[in-house]
Amino acid sequence: MTTSPFLPALALLALLASVGSAGAEEGQILPPIDHAATLNECAACHMAYPPQMLPARSWQKIMGNLADHFGEDASLAEPVRADILAYLTAHAADAPGTAQGRPYLRGLDASAVPLRITETPFWQRAHDEVSRSSFTSPSVKSPANCVACHHTATKGEFAEPED
Amino acid sequence: MRRLSFAAAAIAALLVSAAALADPARDAILAAFADQAKSADAAFAGFSTDRGRAFWTATHSGGKPDTPSCTTCHGADPKAAGQTRAGQSIAPMAVSVTPDRFTDPEKVAKWFLRNCNSVLGRECTAAEKGDVITYLSSQ
Repeated sequence: MTTSPFLPALALLALLASVGSAGAEEGQILPPIDHAATLNECAACHMAYPPQMLPARSWQKIMGNLADHFGEDASLAEPVRADILAYLTAHAADAPGTAQGRPYLRGLDASAVPLRITETPFWQRAHDEVSRSSFTSPSVKSPANCVACHHTATKGEFAEPED
Repeated sequence: MRRLSFAAAAIAALLVSAAALADPARDAILAAFADQAKSADAAFAGFSTDRGRAFWTATHSGGKPDTPSCTTCHGADPKAAGQTRAGQSIAPMAVSVTPDRFTDPEKVAKWFLRNCNSVLGRECTAAEKGDVITYLSSQ
């Protein structure tokens, strides 16, 4: 009887802990992208990255400078650009109404506007045991190439690779 | 008889490969570029596979430093797959390997606009675009 007031609080803590550990750090499962324009346009050059992995302010900045998109012109017709940006911000790490992206905000300064997922504290923690050279090997080429190691990443599965 | 059927098979194979390369949509795209090239330069006398190859393989200046050539991402062999800077595979540009290349006018316009800007820092001329398509259609 004396402990009963604490039970709900304990249950909440346990829930938060399980979301944290089974989620971001050990291979988050995210819903696959189901937005046609995002898949068609983004995935023409690179995997369509999960919108949950960056805050809305990052997507706004990225989609606001497609003429110089990481050193390439990735310009889109305005209706397509606006459509994709709306999808990305609605599913961003800090999007209201969903907690799916919250683990990716952990450690990120509220004023930081990362333009690359690889710049986020989340990504860096998750890859701190991976050598620099493995990211630049010919088969991987770039840390932007998630699927080189996370073979089912396009389905939203970022489980720890076997090898 | 055997020799005759071999010859017939060879001719049939030739016809099939010619049919695979000719495409009314691609012809229309080339015709539109030819019209533009002619109005830009009255001396324009048709597209050239050799000029297209030279343009495709050249190291250009004026564009973004990471992408000095078409072959930076598409690779030196147009019959082989290329690779984007993010590591993603690009289907071969050679029409003999990827037959639907240059058959969608919107796709052609979008990618020439972006990639010419990335590689040369400007739009490509209609003559340059027609030369490139002509070269890659011969591959």
